[in-house]
Amino acid sequence: MSRPLRRRWDWLLEQRWLLPGLLVAGLALSFAIPEYGLLNRYVQMVLMYVGINIILAVSLNLVNGFMGEFSLAHAGFMAVGAYTAALLTMRVLPVAEFPALFPVAVLAGGLAAALLGLVVAVPSFKVRGDYLAIITLAFLMIVKSVIENIDAVGGPRGIPGIGKLTTLPWVFFWAVAVVWLVRNFVYSRYGRGVLAVREDEIASELMSVHTRRVKFLAFTLSSFGAGVAGALFAHLLQFISPRVFDVIKTTDILIMVYLGGIASIGGSILGATLYTVLLEILRPSTVAALLSWLPAVVFDPLNEHFIRHLGVWRMVIMPLALVLVMLYWPRGIMGLREYRGFIPRLDREAHRRGDPQGGRRDGAAHRD
Amino acid sequence: MSEALVYWLQQVLNALQLGSIYALIALGYTLVYGILTMINFAHGDVFMVGAFFCFLSAVYLGLPFVPTLLLTILGTALLGVLIERLAYKPLRHAPRVSAVITALGVGLFLENFTLALAPYPKNVPALLDNVTWDLGGVSLSSLQVIIIFLSLGLMLVLDHVVHRTPVGMAMRAISWDRTFVPLMGVPVNTIISVTFAIGAGLAGAAGTMYALAYPVIDPYMGIMVGWKAFISAVVGGIGNIRGAMIGAFLLGGVEIMVTAFFPSTYRDFVAFTLLLLLILVRPYGILGQPRTQKV
Repeated sequence: MSRPLRRRWDWLLEQRWLLPGLLVAGLALSFAIPEYGLLNRYVQMVLMYVGINIILAVSLNLVNGFMGEFSLAHAGFMAVGAYTAALLTMRVLPVAEFPALFPVAVLAGGLAAALLGLVVAVPSFKVRGDYLAIITLAFLMIVKSVIENIDAVGGPRGIPGIGKLTTLPWVFFWAVAVVWLVRNFVYSRYGRGVLAVREDEIASELMSVHTRRVKFLAFTLSSFGAGVAGALFAHLLQFISPRVFDVIKTTDILIMVYLGGIASIGGSILGATLYTVLLEILRPSTVAALLSWLPAVVFDPLNEHFIRHLGVWRMVIMPLALVLVMLYWPRGIMGLREYRGFIPRLDREAHRRGDPQGGRRDGAAHRD
Repeated sequence: MSEALVYWLQQVLNALQLGSIYALIALGYTLVYGILTMINFAHGDVFMVGAFFCFLSAVYLGLPFVPTLLLTILGTALLGVLIERLAYKPLRHAPRVSAVITALGVGLFLENFTLALAPYPKNVPALLDNVTWDLGGVSLSSLQVIIIFLSLGLMLVLDHVVHRTPVGMAMRAISWDRTFVPLMGVPVNTIISVTFAIGAGLAGAAGTMYALAYPVIDPYMGIMVGWKAFISAVVGGIGNIRGAMIGAFLLGGVEIMVTAFFPSTYRDFVAFTLLLLLILVRPYGILGQPRTQKV
């Protein structure tokens, strides 16, 4: 970027009105887009997936980035939220008469997942690092296996025919709510405790950080986010089965988190958006639509030899791109930096003064 | 023999077969972890590529069993070294998670690349005349014998290499201390490459045997088998070679016994619950040593 442009960008990021402005604009747009059909249904669908993936990435970043653990259980929490909410809207709540009950189901999904998050937090008191990663993996497999063996929820066949209740305004609302929760948690007293646990658990306990409570809260909040995302996901896809929530789903979320950058809420938002949008852009139909302005002489051979085959190859391009990003930016795109609007004013000023007591980033470089 | 005993012996045989395949893959995880303290999540997919190499060599080159096995081992060993050089080596001094995510990316790449080339599951031809013997009611196939003994042989060779040869000594030295061992004249990069070659080669051997025992192969077969092998390595104490073998036979045994006495859908549930309990009781695995942590 040229320097004046760069200065303008910095100035824009500094503005206090930016975040509230974006929120209001986003809310207005999320209502206006489906109402007036500003974008076609496919783009609306992609936007909803972006929102759900932002919820997933930001909530996973709490445990994997800020707390420095390696949790693989996120798809499991998502499954719990999805099944809870789907069963509620299909069998318990009269959603057809009262659509306003949908958020109750989503909240219930989030709370059910959070309850299970409490259970996973218990082993983290004793085990850390790679072994905790295995425990979360085992937990994911157990959730999947239990669902497969309960015939009342469809067993391996899953639940078809869930009502399409997820709408753009709801996705926007929940995404903002989860980001707000996580952001406020991270900069609260407990959030600083989370960072202390990441840097050195024993030392932080000596400094009177209540490590167990901190871990409980972090796991609960993180799994709550996954449950909410799962509930929204179920009512968008309209079909869930245990196979949807397998290790590959967890891998997807992990990639979003680490692509964007660990311990950065802005990074997770960026990572989730980039990953989702890129995967969609690489679809043959999208590429064809994007390049349809080319003259037929260029477009036809291109379509014949390249675009038509993207369907399979986009899944090859994506991991390759991920590996390249990791090789050139090992800490992800944002790499321990944070979008300024998320950092409290006092922290930023302390950081500018170079005051080691006040700035959160000081000495917070990863110790690996 | 009584009927119950026959049934039991049959299950033990099945467990040995499954366990030896898990063990060959688990060794790759544990070797790499021992040296680099890095979980090589692409390893299960190297195993899958091994099964596909076996398929290619058997169908397109028309080779019999032994050359196919050797070719597969060679191919996957090269693949392992290539992955290490291109994807992991530049990240050796980066944060540990970057390497882990890169490994996940490499795994996804291998899966989807294979899927792009082979969209439908493939049938591996029988490379061996499978003779089945009847030992007082217990049926024993020649394939089972070959799988079990070949795996045990490879494990003995590996154990010998690691504990009795200069290369093995260098490997153990690097896993002990990566900062000062290079100063003693140990070529760290070569030894790490050799480790990856050995681990991937073993996975290739496992892939061949798996393809012969369960002939329908697909690009996603490495995920579940890979995770199970990884769990075996952890159960035994990751980084510990003999532990990985014990863990693999234990997991194979548990899985076969669960399928024998419960509905088969309970298999993963019981296996993973046992794993969870074991880690809570012995967080460092059966043979693993707790690492002391300095504050």
